[in-house]
Amino acid sequence: MAIITLAELVEDASRLGVSIGAIVRAREAEQSGRAEDDLNSDMQERLGVMRSAVSCGLRGVRSRSGLTGGDGPRMAAARLKVSTICGEPLDSAMAYALAVAEVNASMGRIVAAPTAGSCGVLPGVLLSVGERLCVDDSALVEALFTAGGVGAVIERSSTLSGAAAGCQAECGSAAAMAAAAAVQLAGGSPGTCSHAVALAFKGLLGLVCDPVAGLVEVPCVKRNATSVGLRLLLQTWLLPGSEASFLQMRS
Amino acid sequence: MKTIFNIIGPVMVGPSSSHTAGAARIGLAARAIVGGQPSRAVITLYGSFATTYAGHGTDLALIAGLLGMEPDDERIPDARRLAVESGLDVGFKIAEDSPDVHPNTAKLELEGPRGTTRTVVGSSVGGGSILITRIDHFKVDFSGESHAIVASYRDQPGIIAKITSLLATEDVNIASMRVSREAKHARALAIIEVDQPVSDEARALISRISGVDEVMALPPVSSD
Repeated sequence: MAIITLAELVEDASRLGVSIGAIVRAREAEQSGRAEDDLNSDMQERLGVMRSAVSCGLRGVRSRSGLTGGDGPRMAAARLKVSTICGEPLDSAMAYALAVAEVNASMGRIVAAPTAGSCGVLPGVLLSVGERLCVDDSALVEALFTAGGVGAVIERSSTLSGAAAGCQAECGSAAAMAAAAAVQLAGGSPGTCSHAVALAFKGLLGLVCDPVAGLVEVPCVKRNATSVGLRLLLQTWLLPGSEASFLQMRS
Repeated sequence: MKTIFNIIGPVMVGPSSSHTAGAARIGLAARAIVGGQPSRAVITLYGSFATTYAGHGTDLALIAGLLGMEPDDERIPDARRLAVESGLDVGFKIAEDSPDVHPNTAKLELEGPRGTTRTVVGSSVGGGSILITRIDHFKVDFSGESHAIVASYRDQPGIIAKITSLLATEDVNIASMRVSREAKHARALAIIEVDQPVSDEARALISRISGVDEVMALPPVSSD
């Protein structure tokens, strides 16, 4: 899919009065020769895999190494029983992100978004914010196209590989993608989405990849949850109108 | 060609796109190269595959691929038991040091369904993408993302011309091609990646070209 800069996506979306995701989907359709309805069903299927991974993780899983598992259900139970400091949607977002990352570590089925190691961030943010705002699946699907477009820009201008550029490339990118998606769900403009991307990177730039025993478990699983936390903080910050001093992503 | 579904995706069994999903694809490609379900496999792991395979399920994913499972198959964690059930005898070796190979590399020595033996070397090069770098003694270089024809033949003038003109009459478009040989006039191998599937008839016609020993038509190893 030919996406070069975030600025270009914002410009097209603003001019046509549509979301970044709508532009991304149209370009994918143009390049692949597939109908937009087909692309929507593929993305809907991925949303389904994300939901199944959340349910699976909340029932409780354990990794092959025994290093991770069980934090998702623990967080989910806590949000119902005790009055937590942050409340919703953060509590659910963290529970979902942990659940999905733990499913990944236990060799369960997930959507790499953008990578397997950072697979909890997008479902954590999208599903919790979606529940909070009562949006339908078509809005979540469009938000996933927005997230995908942001990921494509990052991949083109640098990398999504933690092995190559550290965790900033995985959880950092996932948080940036989720940031744009969630701001869109909350009614933010394409321009505000791009500020969310920039702010997410400001928060996570420099994050190293140094997992215990070389496994995608410690600190990866919990870092999915902290990335979700950072992401939701950004939304609170941006929607009143604050802006990031702009970080232009160009190759 | 990049698609958005490689950013929001692939759908896969965890925990690692390179150590798990890529490993399953190497297994799938090796299965196609040996012509179906192998009865025996000796797998040597190199580099990061050698040091972290247990925690990433690299061993299970390689076996699962040999059994024909895609990277999103939820039976991957059970691959060892399923291998026993389907009569695939697997052994693993850990390479002590791995000079000159990509960090995520596996060598699969396979005994195929009709007693054919093949050695396949593959690397997982990031995000679940793979490269097959060796088949038997031949250096190759293909990703498994397209249909491919692998033809072994006796090195002599005109063989490639005959294969490619046959493909042209079948309306099969060539995407990339690599030809190598053991020595002048010795055994040679052509890997031809193509845009369309190659029919059984076309494969049979190629295998009847004088000087051609064997022709494999490999389906793409799904990229998602």
